[in-house]
Amino acid sequence: MNMHAQPANDSGATTLEDRLAQAARFVRMHSIASIYHAGSGHPGGAMSSADLFACLYGAEMNVWPRGVDDPGRDRFVLSKGHAAPALYAVGAYYGFCDRKDSLNLRKLNSPFQGHPHVLDLPWVETSTGSLGQGISVAIGMAIGLRLQNNPARVYTMLGDGELQEGEVWEAAMSAAHHKLGTLTAVIDYNKLQSDASNDVIMRLEPLADKWRAFGWDVQEIDGHDIAAILAAFRHAGETDLPSVIIAHTIKGKGVPYMENIPAWHGSVKFTRAQADEALEALGASAEEMKELLDV
Amino acid sequence: MSSPALIASNGDSLREAFGKALSAMADEFPKLVVLDADIAGGTGVHHFRKSHPERFVQFGIAEQNMMAAAGGMAAVGLMPVVTTFAVFCLRAIEQARLSLCYARRNAKIVASHPGLDVGPDGGSAQALEDLACFRAIPGMTVISPADATEMALATRAILQFDGPVYMRTGRSPSPRIFGDDHVFGIGKGQIIRQGDDLTIIACGAEVARALAAADLLLRDGISARVVNMATIKPIDSELVARCSRDTGAIVTAEDHNIHGGLGGAVAEALAATTPCPVEFVGVKDVFGASGEPEELAHHYEIAAPHIAAAAKRVLQRK
Repeated sequence: MNMHAQPANDSGATTLEDRLAQAARFVRMHSIASIYHAGSGHPGGAMSSADLFACLYGAEMNVWPRGVDDPGRDRFVLSKGHAAPALYAVGAYYGFCDRKDSLNLRKLNSPFQGHPHVLDLPWVETSTGSLGQGISVAIGMAIGLRLQNNPARVYTMLGDGELQEGEVWEAAMSAAHHKLGTLTAVIDYNKLQSDASNDVIMRLEPLADKWRAFGWDVQEIDGHDIAAILAAFRHAGETDLPSVIIAHTIKGKGVPYMENIPAWHGSVKFTRAQADEALEALGASAEEMKELLDV
Repeated sequence: MSSPALIASNGDSLREAFGKALSAMADEFPKLVVLDADIAGGTGVHHFRKSHPERFVQFGIAEQNMMAAAGGMAAVGLMPVVTTFAVFCLRAIEQARLSLCYARRNAKIVASHPGLDVGPDGGSAQALEDLACFRAIPGMTVISPADATEMALATRAILQFDGPVYMRTGRSPSPRIFGDDHVFGIGKGQIIRQGDDLTIIACGAEVARALAAADLLLRDGISARVVNMATIKPIDSELVARCSRDTGAIVTAEDHNIHGGLGGAVAEALAATTPCPVEFVGVKDVFGASGEPEELAHHYEIAAPHIAAAAKRVLQRK
C-alpha cells in the first residue's frame, strides 16, 4: 500500500512539481491569513518551510486523511512547533482538517493552538513547541516501529535556531548509534532566528560537517526547488543511515516585505493592509482573498 | 584478577526489587520497553537487560533525548519505562511535561537514588525536589513505595495503569515492612498502625522511621496512628480527612524538601476538607551532603526521634 494525500482542488496543475507548487502557494496564503486572524503568530518560518511541507504531504509521505490511525502510516513530527500555521495549512490543503476551521488559529476552544497539540488534532502525531524535543520523539517512534517490525518511515522538521538546543545533538548521536535508516530530518535553514541571524546569536556552521561527524547521511539543497526536494527525499529513502536534508531557505519567502527580515520571525500582528499585500504578492485571486481574509 | 564489588547489587533495596519485578513481569506486558541512560547497574534494570535484551534500549548519558524518545515509543504503541536517577529526571522534566504528560502518553518514569537515601554521593546527587516538581505537572501520577514487597506490587500497578507515572525507588537497603498479604492500589493510603492521639503520614524511606517513631511515642503514653501514603498524587484526600477527624493532628514525614512534596499534598487536602494542626518532617529547604543515609537522616532531622519530636509539637497545638 502506498497512499498519498490528495488535495481537494489542485487548480488544474498537470505535473507533480506544479501541483506541489500550488500546494506550497496555498500553505503560504493560508498561514498569512490564519496569523492575520489570530492577531499573532510566526509567519517567517511558515513561509520558508512551505515548499518542504508541500513535498512531504503531497508526495513523499505515506499519509492520508482517513489513515490517521493506520499503524502503517508514515509519521511526521514538527520539531519546530512554531511553524504550526504551515502545518495546519498543508493539513487543510490535503484534507486532514477543514480549510475554514483551521483559520481559527491561537483562539480559545480552537484545536488549532499556537503550537501543535496531538490531543486536539491526532494527525499532528505529537505535541511540540519546546525546541529540541520533536527530533527525540521522532527517534523514539523510529525505534518503536522497528521493534514492532513496522516499516513505516519517520520524518521530522527542525528549525535552524533549534539546532542550538543540546537535546538535538543528543538525538543526532542516538539516531546514528541505533542505525535509524527510516528517519529523515529536514532542516528549514533560513539563517534567521527570533532576534537576529544565526551567525549573530550562535553560529551553526559548519553545519553539514557537524551532522556528518555525528554519523548522518547529509544532503544540502535549495529548499524552494521542488524537484530538488523530491530528489533529496528519494535519496534519503535509499540510505541505511539516518538522513538529514539541510534545506537552504529564505525566511518570509514569497512576500517581498518579509523576506530575510528577522522581525517577521514573529510572533507578529498583521494589519489588514499587510495581509492584503502579502496575499497579493503570493498571487491570490479576488476569490481567494475573500475566502481567506473575510471570514 | 579480582572484580570490584558492585554496591548496586547488594541488599534488599527498592531499586533491586523494582528491577527484579520488572524482569519477572516482562512476559505479561509485551509492549513494555525499558530505557536506560548508562546506569542500569544502579537503577536495578540490569535484571531486565539480562532477561529481555531485545526490549532494553540504551540512550547513553543523554536524559533529555531519552525522556522525549519515550514519548515517541508510546506514540507508536509501546509502553516505555524510563529509568535513571531522580536527580537526572529533574534534568529532563520539561521533556516529561511536554512529550509525556501534555501528549498524555502511557509512559512510566522510575527514578532511583531519591533523597538523602542516596548517601555518600552527596548533595549534588540527592534529589529533594522531585516529588514537588513532578506533582506539579497535570496528569502525572506520583508514587513512592516503602519497601521491597510494596515496590513489586507498585511495579505491577503502574504497568497496568494507563497514563504517565513518576515512581521513586531507593538506593539503600531498606527494611521489610509488609508481609505477603500486602495490597497496593494507586491513590490509596493505608493505616498500617492504629492510634488515636495523632497521625503520622509518611512515604518511602520515612515509613519505617514513622513506625519506629510510633514506638518511641508509645513509651511516653502517646498513641500515634501511622499511614503509608505511597501515592503522593492523586493524594488519598478521604483518608487524610478521616485521620484529621479521628486524631485531630497530623505529622507528615518524607525524604524530600518540606516544600511541595507529601507534606504539601497532605496540607492541600486538609485545607480543602478538615483542617487540623500539621507538622512537616522533611529536609528544611536546604541541600543534602555526603554521609551514610542514617547519619544524614539524623543530621537533617528526618529520623525517628525527629518524627516523634514533631508529634509532640503538633499535640501541643491541638
